[in-house]
Amino acid sequence: MIEIKHLYKSFEDKEVLKDINAVFEEGKTNLIIGQSGSGKTVLIKNIVGLFEPDRGEILYDGRDFVKMTKREKVLIRREMGMIFQSAALFDSMSVLENVMFPLDMFSDKNEADRIRRAKFCLERVNLAGAEEKFPGEISGGMQKRVAIARAIALNPKYLFCDEPNSGLDPKTSLVIDDLIHSITEEYKMTTIINTHDMNSVMGIGENIIYICEGLKEWQGNKDQIMTSTNERLNSFIFASDLFRKVKEANS
Amino acid sequence: MFIVKFLSAFGSYLMLMGRTFSIPERWRMFLKQYIKELTQLGVDSIGIVLLISFFIGAVICIQIKLNIASPWMPNFTTGYTTREIMVLEFSSSIMCLILSGKVGSNIASEIGTMRVTQQIDALEIMGVNSASFLILPKIVGLMTMIPCLVVFSMAAGFVGAYASALVGIVSVDDLTIGLQHDFRQWFIWMSMIKSFVFAFIIASVSSFYGYTVEGGSFDVGKASTDAVVRSSMLILFADIFLTPLLS
Repeated sequence: MIEIKHLYKSFEDKEVLKDINAVFEEGKTNLIIGQSGSGKTVLIKNIVGLFEPDRGEILYDGRDFVKMTKREKVLIRREMGMIFQSAALFDSMSVLENVMFPLDMFSDKNEADRIRRAKFCLERVNLAGAEEKFPGEISGGMQKRVAIARAIALNPKYLFCDEPNSGLDPKTSLVIDDLIHSITEEYKMTTIINTHDMNSVMGIGENIIYICEGLKEWQGNKDQIMTSTNERLNSFIFASDLFRKVKEANS
Repeated sequence: MFIVKFLSAFGSYLMLMGRTFSIPERWRMFLKQYIKELTQLGVDSIGIVLLISFFIGAVICIQIKLNIASPWMPNFTTGYTTREIMVLEFSSSIMCLILSGKVGSNIASEIGTMRVTQQIDALEIMGVNSASFLILPKIVGLMTMIPCLVVFSMAAGFVGAYASALVGIVSVDDLTIGLQHDFRQWFIWMSMIKSFVFAFIIASVSSFYGYTVEGGSFDVGKASTDAVVRSSMLILFADIFLTPLLS
């Protein structure tokens, strides 16, 4: 479980996050949603330690990440996996080498075991047979799946996804969502997904936090979102005709 | 304003070097990266070093014979001057300036692209010291290879000088006597020591500019140019200090 308490972050005189409080539960897909520029990427970057918050607490199963020493942060980062918006695969390495990278760096297993584990992770994301390909030779959806395989190679306790569906077609997005959701349940991970894809919200949103202008505006799940009376949330969620019609049909 | 900017950049450079020079987390991975850098930065530069040095050696020889040598000078002057220019300055300083263009831009653009495509963030999230993992093998690799390239450059320059002798501009005997006249081994060492320092400048400064890129492809291109310009300036500056110090 990850808990955020009174988190603030500003860049020069612009306050991007204002008193964010949230709980991200274990074994659930926790979604952070909000418009572009609302502060959700800044929030996730604070949580993983790519940005330093101005004040507030980030608790990983009770351990305050902000107050940790550099060494402690390095150790806790080995319990994290992250899928970036751009997949962020190492383009000089093959698919297998990408997935093996965290194992090569931190695992004490022998090479045969490391290869076996990497191949297992690739099979888990339905990419068996693509081991020798390079990131530039595979599609965007496949790159995201390789990123998922790399993120789960060390059996992380915490999984972070920054807009995992960005640039993907709706069908491939569903595949990625299902994959993240099933992996979260299977490995009992605390998963935080940063998204503004409404299909993801309706499909896998077990715990949703809506951020608006740096403030936590709303928290609930995918069923509650349909009946919410929060005006700002509704104007964001039901901005498209399709979702307006879904809401009308539901009501 | 300029001083503040300079000091701020210098401070960031020192902090980055502080992170870079830490014990590798996995020696196995460091060696893998080190061997890759030896090939990418060193072995892949052998061709251009040999080509440029061959022609410069030949041209120096021709220039001295046709434009400087006179009946008042001994016949070995052409070979002697060619050797001194190649050994003392061209193969170390000028060759490193050329390599700062090739290798420096390569390093800055590679690391810069990794920065803007979040590959460095991915390393950090995994708990990897990205500075040490990416930069240390490049610095050590280039410092290993550049002294070797300097020796290759000297040899190629002399071959170029002999090539000009073969077309009849200077006699082979005079050239051989000149190349051997008053030879001091220390000059070779001096050249290698200088190149060793220049290699550190090229790799560390270029890595710094690549690592600190913010933005997109335009910024990577700018960082690559800045890396070449700044490392070239620092090489020239270091040359001024090292030459009297080592002579």
